[in-house]
Amino acid sequence: MSNSFAVAFIIIGVTFDLLGCLGLIRLPDIYNRLQAATKSVTLGTCAILFGVALEFGIINSGGIKALICILFVMFTSPTAAHALARGSHIRGFKLWEESVVDKLKKDREK
Amino acid sequence: MKKRLAEFIVIFSMWILLTWSVKIQDLFAGLVVAFFVTILTRRLFPDDFLKLLNPRRFLLGAFYIPYLFYYILLANLDVAYRVLNPFLPIRPGIVKVKTSLKNDFAKTILANSITLTPGTLTVEVDGDYFYVHWINVSSDDPEIQRELILGRFERMLRRVFE
Repeated sequence: MSNSFAVAFIIIGVTFDLLGCLGLIRLPDIYNRLQAATKSVTLGTCAILFGVALEFGIINSGGIKALICILFVMFTSPTAAHALARGSHIRGFKLWEESVVDKLKKDREK
Repeated sequence: MKKRLAEFIVIFSMWILLTWSVKIQDLFAGLVVAFFVTILTRRLFPDDFLKLLNPRRFLLGAFYIPYLFYYILLANLDVAYRVLNPFLPIRPGIVKVKTSLKNDFAKTILANSITLTPGTLTVEVDGDYFYVHWINVSSDDPEIQRELILGRFERMLRRVFE
C-alpha cells in the first residue's frame, strides 16, 4: 500500500518537473523562465523526495535523509533563483519587449 | 553564549539525523564537527533564531509550513496553466513593494516565500523595498500590488518574529 503511494508521489513530482522544463522552453525571457523553473522544480523535487522517503520508510536512515533534503531544497532553490535573477539584472539582461514595467531599472538609473 | 549553544545543538542534531547512528565514534566525530562549524559560522547564524523557542511563536512558525505548501501548490498549477495555454497569457514586469517587517531573518523568509508563490520572483532587496518580478501585473496601484504579493505572508511572519 505504501508502495503505491510512493509511486504516486514520484509520478506527480516528475510531471511537475516536466512542466517546469516546458516552461523553460516556452516562456520568453530569463526572468519568466526562472519563475517556471523555480516553482515547478521545487515542488517536483520535493514530491519525488517524499515518494522516496515513503518507499524507504520514513523513520530510518534513508527516509530521514530524504526529508532533510526537502528542507534544504526549499531553502536553497528560491535563494539560487534570486541570485540568478539579480545577477542577470545587474549584468543588463533585458526584459521581454512586451513587459509592462521595470521599476528596478528606473531606480538604478537615478 | 546562549546563542552559540543553540546553534551547536541545532548542528549536532542535524548530524545525528544525517548519520542515523548512535555509535560512540559517530557521536564523538559529530561533537568535534559541530564545535568547529559553530565557531566558523558564528556571524552567519541569524540572531533571531532563539525567538522560535517561545512556544507561541514556534507553533505559529510550524503552522507557516503547510500554509506555504498550499501556496506552492497553487503556484505550480498557475505555472502549468500558463505554460500549457497556447496563447501564453503573461503580462510580466518588475514592481516595487514596501515591506513593514524590520527583522532580517523574517525578511529572508518573506523573500523566499514570494519566490515560491504564484507568479512572483524576488529580484532585488534594498532596505525595506522588494523588487519583484511578477508574471502577470494585474494592477498599477502600489497598495493593491503590496496586498496581492506580500499581504498573506507578512501578517503571519510579523506575528512569528515581532
